[in-house]
Amino acid sequence: MNTTLEIQNLSIGYPGNHGEKKVVVSDLNFSLRKGEFTAIIGVNGIGKSTLLRTLGGVQSKLAGTVLVNGEPLESLSGLALATEMSIVLTDPLASKNLTVKELISLGRQPYTNWLGILKNEDTLIIEDAIKKIGLESVQDRKCFELSDGQLQKVLIARALAQDTPIVLLDEPTTHLDLYHKVQVLKTMKHIAHDLQKTVVYTTHEIDLAIQLCDKMLILDHPESHFGTPSELIENESFQGLFPSDLIGFDTKTGSFKIKN
Amino acid sequence: MKGAYPYRFLLLVIILFISFVINISLGSVEIPFSVTLKELFTGVGATDSSSYIIWEYRLPKAFTAILVGSGLSLSGLLMQTLFRNPLAGPFVLGISSGASLGAAFLIMGSGIFTAGVLLVTDISLAVASSMGSVLVLLAVIAMARKVKDTMALLIIGLMFGSITAAVVTVLSYFAKAEELQQYIYWSFGTVGNLSGSQVVLLTAICLFGLLLSILSIKSLNALLLGENYAKSLGVRIRQARFLIILATGLLAGAVTAFAGPIAFIGLAVPHLTRQLFNTTDHKILVPGVILYGAILLLICDTIAQLPGSSYVLPINAITSIVGAPVVIWLLVRKRKMIF
Repeated sequence: MNTTLEIQNLSIGYPGNHGEKKVVVSDLNFSLRKGEFTAIIGVNGIGKSTLLRTLGGVQSKLAGTVLVNGEPLESLSGLALATEMSIVLTDPLASKNLTVKELISLGRQPYTNWLGILKNEDTLIIEDAIKKIGLESVQDRKCFELSDGQLQKVLIARALAQDTPIVLLDEPTTHLDLYHKVQVLKTMKHIAHDLQKTVVYTTHEIDLAIQLCDKMLILDHPESHFGTPSELIENESFQGLFPSDLIGFDTKTGSFKIKN
Repeated sequence: MKGAYPYRFLLLVIILFISFVINISLGSVEIPFSVTLKELFTGVGATDSSSYIIWEYRLPKAFTAILVGSGLSLSGLLMQTLFRNPLAGPFVLGISSGASLGAAFLIMGSGIFTAGVLLVTDISLAVASSMGSVLVLLAVIAMARKVKDTMALLIIGLMFGSITAAVVTVLSYFAKAEELQQYIYWSFGTVGNLSGSQVVLLTAICLFGLLLSILSIKSLNALLLGENYAKSLGVRIRQARFLIILATGLLAGAVTAFAGPIAFIGLAVPHLTRQLFNTTDHKILVPGVILYGAILLLICDTIAQLPGSSYVLPINAITSIVGAPVVIWLLVRKRKMIF
Protein backbone atom coordinates (compact mmCIF):
# COMPACT_ATOMS: atom_id res chain seq x y z
CA MET A 1 0.00 0.00 0.00
CA ASN A 2 1.14 3.47 -0.86
CA THR A 3 4.28 1.98 -2.35
CA THR A 4 5.34 4.09 -5.30
CA LEU A 5 8.70 2.57 -6.20
CA GLU A 6 9.47 -1.09 -5.70
CA ILE A 7 12.89 -2.50 -6.48
CA GLN A 8 13.32 -6.27 -6.73
CA ASN A 9 16.63 -8.11 -7.32
CA LEU A 10 17.87 -5.12 -9.28
CA SER A 11 21.32 -5.22 -10.88
CA ILE A 12 22.69 -1.99 -12.25
CA GLY A 13 25.75 -1.12 -14.29
CA TYR A 14 26.79 -0.74 -17.90
CA PRO A 15 26.58 -3.02 -20.90
CA GLY A 16 30.24 -3.60 -21.74
CA ASN A 17 31.82 -4.67 -25.01
CA HIS A 18 31.38 -8.21 -26.40
CA GLY A 19 28.30 -8.83 -24.28
CA GLU A 20 30.18 -8.65 -20.98
CA LYS A 21 28.19 -6.59 -18.54
CA LYS A 22 29.92 -4.36 -16.05
CA VAL A 23 27.84 -4.84 -12.93
CA VAL A 24 28.12 -2.04 -10.37
CA VAL A 25 25.59 -3.19 -7.77
CA SER A 26 23.54 -6.38 -7.81
CA ASP A 27 20.55 -7.86 -5.98
CA LEU A 28 19.08 -4.65 -4.63
CA ASN A 29 15.72 -4.95 -2.87
CA PHE A 30 13.82 -2.06 -1.32
CA SER A 31 10.58 -0.16 -1.69
CA LEU A 32 9.67 3.49 -1.25
CA ARG A 33 6.36 4.88 -0.13
CA LYS A 34 4.38 8.05 -0.65
CA GLY A 35 5.44 10.90 1.60
CA GLU A 36 8.90 9.47 2.27
CA PHE A 37 12.15 11.38 2.01
CA THR A 38 14.98 8.97 1.20
CA ALA A 39 18.75 9.39 0.81
CA ILE A 40 21.04 7.06 -1.12
CA ILE A 41 24.57 7.10 0.32
CA GLY A 42 27.77 5.19 -0.25
CA VAL A 43 31.44 5.72 -1.08
CA ASN A 44 32.66 7.27 -4.33
CA GLY A 45 32.05 5.07 -7.36
CA ILE A 46 29.75 2.64 -5.55
CA GLY A 47 26.92 3.39 -7.99
CA LYS A 48 24.67 5.98 -6.34
CA SER A 49 24.20 7.98 -9.52
CA THR A 50 23.94 4.82 -11.61
CA LEU A 51 21.11 3.63 -9.35
CA LEU A 52 19.30 6.96 -9.51
CA ARG A 53 19.65 7.16 -13.29
CA THR A 54 18.40 3.58 -13.59
CA LEU A 55 15.37 4.34 -11.42
CA GLY A 56 14.69 7.42 -13.55
CA GLY A 57 14.84 5.47 -16.80
CA VAL A 58 17.84 7.46 -18.02
CA GLN A 59 19.88 4.27 -18.35
CA SER A 60 18.84 0.63 -18.62
CA LYS A 61 19.02 -1.84 -15.78
CA LEU A 62 20.99 -5.08 -16.18
CA ALA A 63 18.58 -7.41 -14.37
CA GLY A 64 15.72 -7.39 -11.89
CA THR A 65 12.56 -5.32 -11.66
CA VAL A 66 11.68 -1.68 -11.03
CA LEU A 67 7.97 -1.17 -10.42
CA VAL A 68 6.55 2.35 -10.64
CA ASN A 69 3.14 2.32 -8.93
CA GLY A 70 3.04 -1.41 -9.64
CA GLU A 71 3.89 -1.09 -13.34
CA PRO A 72 7.26 -2.23 -14.71
CA LEU A 73 9.38 0.84 -15.52
CA GLU A 74 10.13 -0.32 -19.07
CA SER A 75 6.43 -0.81 -19.87
CA LEU A 76 5.69 2.88 -19.32
CA SER A 77 5.87 5.22 -22.31
CA GLY A 78 8.23 8.17 -22.09
CA LEU A 79 5.31 10.53 -21.59
CA ALA A 80 3.65 8.35 -18.93
CA LEU A 81 6.94 8.18 -17.05
CA ALA A 82 7.33 11.95 -17.35
CA THR A 83 4.09 12.42 -15.42
CA GLU A 84 5.20 9.87 -12.77
CA MET A 85 8.71 11.05 -11.99
CA SER A 86 10.91 14.08 -12.44
CA ILE A 87 14.68 14.07 -12.16
CA VAL A 88 17.53 16.43 -11.35
CA LEU A 89 20.74 15.19 -12.93
CA THR A 90 24.36 16.23 -12.65
CA ASP A 91 24.52 16.51 -16.46
CA PRO A 92 25.58 19.97 -17.66
CA LEU A 93 22.79 21.98 -19.26
CA ALA A 94 22.94 22.04 -23.05
CA SER A 95 22.06 25.73 -23.13
CA LYS A 96 22.45 28.25 -20.33
CA ASN A 97 20.93 30.98 -22.47
CA LEU A 98 17.47 30.36 -21.04
CA THR A 99 16.04 32.57 -18.33
CA VAL A 100 15.32 30.93 -14.98
CA LYS A 101 11.59 31.13 -15.64
CA GLU A 102 11.92 29.69 -19.16
CA LEU A 103 13.90 26.75 -17.79
CA ILE A 104 11.44 26.04 -14.99
CA SER A 105 8.55 26.34 -17.48
CA LEU A 106 10.01 23.43 -19.47
CA GLY A 107 8.99 21.25 -16.52
CA ARG A 108 5.39 21.61 -17.74
CA GLN A 109 6.16 19.96 -21.11
CA PRO A 110 4.50 16.60 -20.33
CA TYR A 111 1.19 18.46 -19.83
CA THR A 112 1.27 21.06 -22.61
CA ASN A 113 -0.06 20.69 -26.16
CA TRP A 114 2.02 19.80 -29.25
CA LEU A 115 3.46 23.31 -29.44
CA GLY A 116 4.16 23.61 -25.72
CA ILE A 117 1.76 26.51 -25.01
CA LEU A 118 1.38 27.17 -21.25
CA LYS A 119 -2.12 27.42 -19.81
CA ASN A 120 -3.05 29.53 -16.77
CA GLU A 121 -2.85 26.46 -14.54
CA ASP A 122 0.69 25.77 -15.78
CA THR A 123 1.73 29.35 -15.03
CA LEU A 124 0.41 29.05 -11.48
CA ILE A 125 2.34 25.82 -10.87
CA ILE A 126 5.52 27.42 -12.28
CA GLU A 127 5.13 30.47 -10.02
CA ASP A 128 4.51 28.18 -7.07
CA ALA A 129 7.70 26.19 -7.78
CA ILE A 130 9.69 29.43 -8.03
CA LYS A 131 8.29 30.58 -4.68
CA LYS A 132 8.88 27.24 -2.93
CA ILE A 133 12.58 27.21 -3.83
CA GLY A 134 12.95 30.96 -3.28
CA LEU A 135 13.96 32.06 -6.76
CA GLU A 136 11.66 35.09 -7.16
CA SER A 137 14.53 37.57 -7.28
CA VAL A 138 16.38 35.79 -10.10
CA GLN A 139 13.49 34.49 -12.18
CA ASP A 140 14.16 36.77 -15.16
CA ARG A 141 17.95 36.30 -15.12
CA LYS A 142 19.70 34.15 -17.71
CA CYS A 143 21.06 30.85 -16.40
CA PHE A 144 24.66 31.70 -17.38
CA GLU A 145 24.53 34.63 -14.95
CA LEU A 146 23.79 32.37 -11.96
CA SER A 147 26.18 30.73 -9.52
CA ASP A 148 26.38 26.93 -9.50
CA GLY A 149 24.34 26.84 -6.32
CA GLN A 150 21.56 29.03 -7.74
CA LEU A 151 21.50 26.93 -10.90
CA GLN A 152 21.07 23.81 -8.84
CA LYS A 153 18.05 25.36 -7.14
CA VAL A 154 16.63 26.25 -10.55
CA LEU A 155 16.90 22.61 -11.63
CA ILE A 156 15.13 21.51 -8.46
CA ALA A 157 12.37 24.04 -9.12
CA ARG A 158 12.03 22.67 -12.65
CA ALA A 159 11.54 19.17 -11.23
CA LEU A 160 8.88 20.54 -8.86
CA ALA A 161 7.10 22.27 -11.74
CA GLN A 162 6.87 18.86 -13.41
CA ASP A 163 4.58 18.04 -10.44
CA THR A 164 5.17 14.27 -10.30
CA PRO A 165 4.49 11.80 -7.46
CA ILE A 166 8.16 10.75 -7.54
CA VAL A 167 11.13 13.15 -7.53
CA LEU A 168 14.68 11.84 -8.04
CA LEU A 169 17.65 14.12 -7.38
CA ASP A 170 21.28 13.28 -8.11
CA GLU A 171 23.53 15.11 -5.63
CA PRO A 172 21.23 18.16 -5.47
CA THR A 173 23.21 19.90 -2.75
CA THR A 174 26.75 19.56 -4.11
CA HIS A 175 27.37 23.23 -4.92
CA LEU A 176 25.55 24.71 -1.94
CA ASP A 177 26.95 25.98 1.35
CA LEU A 178 25.84 24.30 4.57
CA TYR A 179 23.01 26.75 5.23
CA HIS A 180 21.57 26.37 1.74
CA LYS A 181 22.10 22.61 1.77
CA VAL A 182 19.86 22.39 4.83
CA GLN A 183 17.41 24.88 3.34
CA VAL A 184 17.02 22.86 0.13
CA LEU A 185 16.84 19.50 1.93
CA LYS A 186 14.23 20.80 4.37
CA THR A 187 12.20 22.11 1.46
CA MET A 188 12.40 18.70 -0.22
CA LYS A 189 11.41 17.01 3.02
CA HIS A 190 8.39 19.30 3.38
CA ILE A 191 7.43 18.58 -0.20
CA ALA A 192 7.61 14.84 0.48
CA HIS A 193 5.57 15.10 3.68
CA ASP A 194 3.04 17.82 2.82
CA LEU A 195 2.38 16.86 -0.79
CA GLN A 196 2.79 13.12 -0.19
CA LYS A 197 5.51 12.70 -2.79
CA THR A 198 8.31 10.15 -2.87
CA VAL A 199 11.55 12.12 -2.86
CA VAL A 200 14.86 10.31 -3.34
CA TYR A 201 18.31 11.91 -3.51
CA THR A 202 21.92 10.79 -3.60
CA THR A 203 24.41 12.51 -1.31
CA HIS A 204 27.78 12.43 0.42
CA GLU A 205 26.47 14.38 3.43
CA ILE A 206 25.66 11.40 5.62
CA ASP A 207 25.28 13.46 8.81
CA LEU A 208 22.61 15.66 7.27
CA ALA A 209 20.84 12.66 5.78
CA ILE A 210 20.71 10.92 9.16
CA GLN A 211 19.13 14.02 10.69
CA LEU A 212 16.64 14.75 7.92
CA CYS A 213 15.64 11.57 6.09
CA ASP A 214 12.84 9.12 6.73
CA LYS A 215 14.70 6.27 5.04
CA MET A 216 18.26 5.68 3.88
CA LEU A 217 19.83 3.26 1.44
CA ILE A 218 23.48 2.46 2.10
CA LEU A 219 25.03 1.08 -1.06
CA ASP A 220 27.87 -1.23 -0.08
CA HIS A 221 29.64 -4.47 -0.98
CA PRO A 222 28.82 -7.25 -0.51
CA GLU A 223 25.49 -6.13 0.91
CA SER A 224 23.46 -2.93 0.83
CA HIS A 225 21.37 -1.75 3.78
CA PHE A 226 17.98 -0.08 3.77
CA GLY A 227 15.93 1.30 6.65
CA THR A 228 15.24 4.30 8.84
CA PRO A 229 18.34 6.15 10.06
CA SER A 230 17.83 4.87 13.64
CA GLU A 231 17.45 1.28 12.48
CA LEU A 232 20.62 1.58 10.46
CA ILE A 233 22.49 3.08 13.45
CA GLU A 234 21.24 0.26 15.71
CA ASN A 235 22.28 -2.38 13.21
CA GLU A 236 25.72 -0.74 12.97
CA SER A 237 25.29 -0.43 9.23
CA PHE A 238 27.38 2.74 9.04
CA GLN A 239 30.42 1.18 10.74
CA GLY A 240 31.65 -0.73 7.72
CA LEU A 241 31.07 2.08 5.23
CA PHE A 242 34.57 3.51 5.23
CA PRO A 243 38.01 1.96 6.02
CA SER A 244 38.45 2.33 9.78
CA ASP A 245 41.93 3.87 9.77
CA LEU A 246 40.82 7.52 9.54
CA ILE A 247 37.21 7.88 10.60
CA GLY A 248 34.81 5.98 12.80
CA PHE A 249 31.04 6.16 13.32
CA ASP A 250 29.91 7.38 16.75
CA THR A 251 26.62 5.62 17.55
CA LYS A 252 25.75 8.02 20.39
CA THR A 253 25.81 11.17 18.27
CA GLY A 254 24.95 9.51 14.98
CA SER A 255 27.87 11.07 13.16
CA PHE A 256 31.34 10.31 11.87
CA LYS A 257 34.36 11.36 13.97
CA ILE A 258 37.97 11.70 12.90
CA LYS A 259 40.27 9.27 14.69
CA ASN A 260 43.40 10.58 16.34
CA MET B 1 9.19 41.17 -22.74
CA LYS B 2 6.52 39.05 -24.42
CA GLY B 3 4.63 42.11 -25.63
CA ALA B 4 7.64 43.20 -27.69
CA TYR B 5 7.64 40.13 -29.93
CA PRO B 6 4.80 41.18 -32.29
CA TYR B 7 6.52 44.55 -32.91
CA ARG B 8 9.81 42.89 -33.73
CA PHE B 9 8.10 40.49 -36.11
CA LEU B 10 6.28 43.39 -37.75
CA LEU B 11 9.61 45.20 -38.11
CA LEU B 12 11.19 42.14 -39.75
CA VAL B 13 8.27 41.77 -42.15
CA ILE B 14 8.55 45.43 -43.16
CA ILE B 15 12.32 45.15 -43.66
CA LEU B 16 11.77 41.95 -45.66
CA PHE B 17 9.33 43.75 -47.94
CA ILE B 18 11.70 46.68 -48.45
CA SER B 19 14.66 44.37 -49.15
CA PHE B 20 12.49 42.45 -51.60
CA VAL B 21 11.55 45.57 -53.56
CA ILE B 22 15.13 46.91 -53.50
CA ASN B 23 16.45 43.55 -54.65
CA ILE B 24 14.08 43.56 -57.62
CA SER B 25 14.71 47.21 -58.52
CA LEU B 26 18.48 47.17 -58.46
CA GLY B 27 20.76 45.35 -60.85
CA SER B 28 22.58 45.91 -64.10
CA VAL B 29 19.43 47.70 -65.28
CA GLU B 30 18.03 49.97 -62.60
CA ILE B 31 14.24 50.17 -62.35
CA PRO B 32 12.82 52.94 -60.09
CA PHE B 33 11.20 51.67 -56.87
CA SER B 34 7.85 53.27 -57.70
CA VAL B 35 7.77 51.53 -61.09
CA THR B 36 8.72 48.20 -59.49
CA LEU B 37 6.04 48.54 -56.82
CA LYS B 38 3.37 49.49 -59.35
CA GLU B 39 4.38 46.66 -61.67
CA LEU B 40 4.36 44.12 -58.83
CA PHE B 41 0.95 45.11 -57.48
CA THR B 42 -0.95 46.08 -60.61
CA GLY B 43 0.95 44.33 -63.39
CA VAL B 44 1.30 47.55 -65.37
CA GLY B 45 3.48 50.62 -65.22
CA ALA B 46 6.85 49.40 -66.41
CA THR B 47 8.15 49.44 -69.95
CA ASP B 48 8.02 46.17 -71.85
CA SER B 49 11.68 45.41 -71.26
CA SER B 50 11.53 46.33 -67.55
CA SER B 51 8.38 44.30 -67.14
CA TYR B 52 10.10 41.33 -68.74
CA ILE B 53 13.14 41.72 -66.47
CA ILE B 54 10.96 41.92 -63.37
CA TRP B 55 8.65 39.01 -64.07
CA GLU B 56 10.97 36.63 -65.90
CA TYR B 57 14.24 37.23 -64.14
CA ARG B 58 14.25 39.29 -60.94
CA LEU B 59 11.07 38.09 -59.24
CA PRO B 60 12.02 34.38 -59.43
CA LYS B 61 15.54 35.33 -58.30
CA ALA B 62 14.29 37.34 -55.30
CA PHE B 63 11.88 34.55 -54.44
CA THR B 64 14.71 32.00 -54.64
CA ALA B 65 16.85 34.24 -52.41
CA ILE B 66 14.07 34.19 -49.80
CA LEU B 67 13.83 30.39 -49.96
CA VAL B 68 17.61 29.93 -49.81
CA GLY B 69 18.10 32.37 -46.93
CA SER B 70 15.18 30.99 -44.91
CA GLY B 71 16.02 27.35 -45.62
CA LEU B 72 19.69 27.64 -44.66
CA SER B 73 18.93 29.66 -41.52
CA LEU B 74 16.26 27.23 -40.36
CA SER B 75 18.51 24.22 -40.91
CA GLY B 76 21.28 26.05 -39.02
CA LEU B 77 18.97 26.71 -36.07
CA LEU B 78 17.87 23.07 -35.94
CA MET B 79 21.46 21.84 -36.04
CA GLN B 80 22.72 24.21 -33.35
CA THR B 81 20.05 22.99 -30.95
CA LEU B 82 20.31 19.31 -31.90
CA PHE B 83 24.10 19.23 -31.63
CA ARG B 84 24.24 21.57 -28.62
CA ASN B 85 26.87 23.44 -30.58
CA PRO B 86 26.82 27.15 -31.39
CA LEU B 87 29.16 26.55 -34.33
CA ALA B 88 26.94 23.99 -36.05
CA GLY B 89 25.53 24.80 -39.45
CA PRO B 90 24.45 22.98 -42.61
CA PHE B 91 28.10 22.40 -43.49
CA VAL B 92 28.96 20.61 -40.28
CA LEU B 93 26.87 17.49 -40.87
CA GLY B 94 28.57 17.06 -44.24
CA ILE B 95 25.29 17.69 -46.07
CA SER B 96 26.63 20.59 -48.11
CA SER B 97 29.80 18.59 -48.79
CA GLY B 98 27.66 15.72 -50.03
CA ALA B 99 25.94 18.07 -52.44
CA SER B 100 29.32 19.37 -53.60
CA LEU B 101 30.51 15.82 -54.17
CA GLY B 102 27.46 15.04 -56.29
CA ALA B 103 28.05 18.15 -58.36
CA ALA B 104 31.78 17.43 -58.66
CA PHE B 105 31.17 13.87 -59.88
CA LEU B 106 28.75 15.08 -62.49
CA ILE B 107 30.85 17.94 -63.77
CA MET B 108 34.36 16.57 -63.44
CA GLY B 109 33.86 12.84 -63.14
CA SER B 110 31.94 12.41 -66.39
CA GLY B 111 35.09 12.91 -68.45
CA ILE B 112 37.05 10.36 -66.45
CA PHE B 113 34.52 7.58 -65.98
CA THR B 114 32.14 7.70 -68.91
CA ALA B 115 34.04 9.58 -71.54
CA GLY B 116 31.68 12.52 -71.49
CA VAL B 117 28.42 10.64 -71.95
CA LEU B 118 26.72 12.42 -69.05
CA LEU B 119 25.14 15.68 -70.00
CA VAL B 120 25.76 18.50 -67.57
CA THR B 121 22.60 20.57 -67.45
CA ASP B 122 20.92 22.63 -64.73
CA ILE B 123 18.56 19.77 -63.96
CA SER B 124 21.16 17.01 -63.91
CA LEU B 125 23.38 19.18 -61.72
CA ALA B 126 20.55 19.67 -59.25
CA VAL B 127 19.75 15.96 -59.30
CA ALA B 128 23.39 14.98 -58.78
CA SER B 129 23.96 17.34 -55.89
CA SER B 130 20.63 16.40 -54.30
CA MET B 131 21.66 12.77 -54.54
CA GLY B 132 25.01 13.58 -52.95
CA SER B 133 23.43 15.38 -50.02
CA VAL B 134 20.74 12.74 -49.56
CA LEU B 135 23.39 9.98 -49.56
CA VAL B 136 25.40 11.75 -46.87
CA LEU B 137 22.16 12.44 -44.99
CA LEU B 138 21.23 8.74 -45.07
CA ALA B 139 24.72 7.80 -43.90
CA VAL B 140 24.41 10.30 -41.05
CA ILE B 141 20.98 8.95 -40.10
CA ALA B 142 22.38 5.40 -40.15
CA MET B 143 25.20 6.54 -37.87
CA ALA B 144 22.72 8.38 -35.63
CA ARG B 145 20.94 5.07 -35.01
CA LYS B 146 24.17 3.54 -33.74
CA VAL B 147 25.88 6.49 -32.09
CA LYS B 148 23.95 7.90 -29.15
CA ASP B 149 26.32 10.75 -28.44
CA THR B 150 25.52 13.79 -30.57
CA MET B 151 29.03 15.20 -30.25
CA ALA B 152 30.40 12.02 -31.85
CA LEU B 153 27.83 12.44 -34.61
CA LEU B 154 29.03 15.99 -35.16
CA ILE B 155 32.61 14.76 -35.58
CA ILE B 156 31.41 12.06 -37.98
CA GLY B 157 29.74 14.82 -40.00
CA LEU B 158 33.03 16.74 -40.10
CA MET B 159 34.83 13.59 -41.27
CA PHE B 160 32.29 13.17 -44.08
CA GLY B 161 33.11 16.72 -45.07
CA SER B 162 36.85 15.94 -45.12
CA ILE B 163 36.36 12.82 -47.21
CA THR B 164 34.17 14.55 -49.77
CA ALA B 165 36.57 17.50 -49.94
CA ALA B 166 39.45 15.11 -50.60
CA VAL B 167 37.51 13.30 -53.36
CA VAL B 168 36.64 16.64 -54.94
CA THR B 169 40.33 17.59 -54.86
CA VAL B 170 41.30 14.33 -56.60
CA LEU B 171 38.58 14.86 -59.19
CA SER B 172 39.65 18.40 -59.86
CA TYR B 173 43.29 17.28 -60.27
CA PHE B 174 42.28 15.04 -63.19
CA ALA B 175 39.56 17.30 -64.58
CA LYS B 176 39.80 19.29 -67.78
CA ALA B 177 40.18 23.03 -67.40
CA GLU B 178 36.65 23.86 -68.56
CA GLU B 179 35.13 21.22 -66.26
CA LEU B 180 37.03 22.61 -63.32
CA GLN B 181 35.80 26.07 -64.25
CA GLN B 182 32.22 24.85 -64.42
CA TYR B 183 32.47 23.21 -61.00
CA ILE B 184 34.02 26.31 -59.46
CA TYR B 185 31.25 28.40 -61.01
CA TRP B 186 28.65 26.17 -59.29
CA SER B 187 30.55 26.41 -56.00
CA PHE B 188 30.35 30.24 -56.16
CA GLY B 189 26.65 29.90 -55.49
CA THR B 190 23.83 31.72 -57.24
CA VAL B 191 20.14 32.33 -56.74
CA GLY B 192 19.50 33.51 -60.29
CA ASN B 193 19.78 30.41 -62.47
CA LEU B 194 16.73 28.47 -61.40
CA SER B 195 14.02 27.50 -63.87
CA GLY B 196 10.35 27.84 -62.96
CA SER B 197 9.99 24.13 -62.21
CA GLN B 198 13.11 24.20 -60.03
CA VAL B 199 11.69 27.09 -58.01
CA VAL B 200 8.44 25.15 -57.53
CA LEU B 201 10.35 22.05 -56.41
CA LEU B 202 12.55 24.05 -54.04
CA THR B 203 9.46 25.75 -52.59
CA ALA B 204 7.78 22.40 -51.98
CA ILE B 205 10.84 20.92 -50.26
CA CYS B 206 11.33 24.04 -48.10
CA LEU B 207 7.67 23.99 -47.03
CA PHE B 208 7.96 20.32 -46.07
CA GLY B 209 11.14 21.08 -44.10
CA LEU B 210 9.31 23.95 -42.39
CA LEU B 211 6.40 21.65 -41.48
CA LEU B 212 8.80 19.14 -39.89
CA SER B 213 10.51 21.99 -38.00
CA ILE B 214 7.21 23.29 -36.63
CA LEU B 215 6.32 19.77 -35.47
CA SER B 216 9.72 19.62 -33.72
CA ILE B 217 9.40 22.93 -31.82
CA LYS B 218 8.45 21.32 -28.51
CA SER B 219 11.24 18.73 -28.66
CA LEU B 220 13.73 21.43 -29.66
CA ASN B 221 12.84 23.45 -26.56
CA ALA B 222 13.27 20.37 -24.34
CA LEU B 223 16.62 19.60 -26.00
CA LEU B 224 17.93 22.93 -24.66
CA LEU B 225 18.25 21.11 -21.33
CA GLY B 226 20.15 18.17 -22.82
CA GLU B 227 19.03 14.79 -24.09
CA ASN B 228 18.55 13.08 -20.72
CA TYR B 229 16.36 15.88 -19.43
CA ALA B 230 14.41 15.94 -22.68
CA LYS B 231 13.85 12.20 -22.35
CA SER B 232 12.66 12.66 -18.76
CA LEU B 233 10.14 15.22 -20.03
CA GLY B 234 8.62 12.60 -22.31
CA VAL B 235 10.37 13.50 -25.57
CA ARG B 236 10.95 10.48 -27.80
CA ILE B 237 14.58 11.25 -28.47
CA ARG B 238 15.23 8.98 -31.47
CA GLN B 239 12.07 10.08 -33.25
CA ALA B 240 12.75 13.73 -32.48
CA ARG B 241 16.35 13.47 -33.72
CA PHE B 242 15.20 11.72 -36.88
CA LEU B 243 12.65 14.43 -37.68
CA ILE B 244 15.11 17.23 -36.98
CA ILE B 245 17.89 15.63 -39.05
CA LEU B 246 15.44 14.95 -41.89
CA ALA B 247 14.25 18.56 -41.86
CA THR B 248 17.84 19.84 -41.77
CA GLY B 249 18.93 17.55 -44.58
CA LEU B 250 16.01 18.42 -46.84
CA LEU B 251 16.40 22.16 -46.31
CA ALA B 252 20.18 22.35 -46.60
CA GLY B 253 20.41 19.66 -49.29
CA ALA B 254 17.79 21.14 -51.60
CA VAL B 255 19.10 24.68 -51.21
CA THR B 256 22.70 23.63 -51.89
CA ALA B 257 21.66 21.51 -54.85
CA PHE B 258 19.89 24.39 -56.57
CA ALA B 259 21.87 27.40 -55.40
CA GLY B 260 25.35 26.05 -54.66
CA PRO B 261 27.12 25.94 -51.32
CA ILE B 262 26.30 29.28 -49.68
CA ALA B 263 28.36 29.83 -46.54
CA PHE B 264 27.72 31.47 -43.17
CA ILE B 265 23.98 32.17 -43.48
CA GLY B 266 23.08 28.94 -41.65
CA LEU B 267 25.61 29.66 -38.93
CA ALA B 268 25.15 33.40 -38.39
CA VAL B 269 21.39 33.99 -38.72
CA PRO B 270 20.29 31.88 -35.71
CA HIS B 271 22.71 33.88 -33.52
CA LEU B 272 21.51 37.22 -34.88
CA THR B 273 17.90 36.16 -34.31
CA ARG B 274 18.58 35.10 -30.71
CA GLN B 275 20.15 38.53 -30.18
CA LEU B 276 17.17 40.34 -31.67
CA PHE B 277 14.48 38.49 -29.73
CA ASN B 278 16.59 37.73 -26.65
CA THR B 279 15.05 34.30 -26.29
CA THR B 280 15.82 30.62 -26.88
CA ASP B 281 12.18 29.66 -27.37
CA HIS B 282 11.85 27.93 -30.73
CA LYS B 283 8.24 29.12 -31.04
CA ILE B 284 9.77 32.56 -31.60
CA LEU B 285 13.07 31.52 -33.19
CA VAL B 286 11.64 29.38 -36.02
CA PRO B 287 9.63 32.22 -37.62
CA GLY B 288 12.39 34.63 -36.59
CA VAL B 289 15.21 32.92 -38.48
CA ILE B 290 13.00 32.48 -41.54
CA LEU B 291 12.41 36.24 -41.80
CA TYR B 292 15.95 37.21 -40.81
CA GLY B 293 17.57 34.71 -43.19
CA ALA B 294 15.41 35.87 -46.09
CA ILE B 295 16.31 39.51 -45.44
CA LEU B 296 20.04 38.81 -45.14
CA LEU B 297 20.22 36.78 -48.33
CA LEU B 298 18.19 39.37 -50.27
CA ILE B 299 20.66 42.04 -49.13
CA CYS B 300 23.67 39.86 -49.98
CA ASP B 301 22.21 39.13 -53.41
CA THR B 302 21.56 42.83 -54.01
CA ILE B 303 25.20 43.59 -53.20
CA ALA B 304 26.38 40.68 -55.38
CA GLN B 305 24.56 42.18 -58.37
CA LEU B 306 26.81 45.26 -58.09
CA PRO B 307 23.95 47.65 -58.92
CA GLY B 308 24.64 49.80 -61.94
CA SER B 309 27.32 47.51 -63.36
CA SER B 310 27.01 44.49 -65.60
CA TYR B 311 29.11 42.33 -63.29
CA VAL B 312 27.70 39.78 -60.85
CA LEU B 313 29.86 38.67 -57.95
CA PRO B 314 29.68 35.13 -56.53
CA ILE B 315 27.09 35.31 -53.73
CA ASN B 316 29.15 32.90 -51.63
CA ALA B 317 31.87 35.54 -51.38
CA ILE B 318 29.36 38.18 -50.24
CA THR B 319 27.76 35.95 -47.59
CA SER B 320 31.23 35.16 -46.24
CA ILE B 321 32.29 38.81 -46.23
CA VAL B 322 29.08 39.74 -44.40
CA GLY B 323 28.76 36.57 -42.29
CA ALA B 324 32.27 36.02 -40.97
CA PRO B 325 32.58 39.47 -39.31
CA VAL B 326 29.14 38.93 -37.74
CA VAL B 327 30.37 35.72 -36.12
CA ILE B 328 33.59 37.42 -34.97
CA TRP B 329 31.58 40.37 -33.60
CA LEU B 330 29.34 38.00 -31.68
CA LEU B 331 32.36 36.21 -30.22
CA VAL B 332 34.07 39.41 -29.17
CA ARG B 333 31.00 41.17 -27.81
CA LYS B 334 29.38 38.24 -26.06
CA ARG B 335 32.72 36.66 -25.06
CA LYS B 336 31.30 33.28 -25.85
CA MET B 337 28.82 32.14 -28.42
CA ILE B 338 25.85 30.69 -26.66
CA PHE B 339 22.74 29.19 -28.08
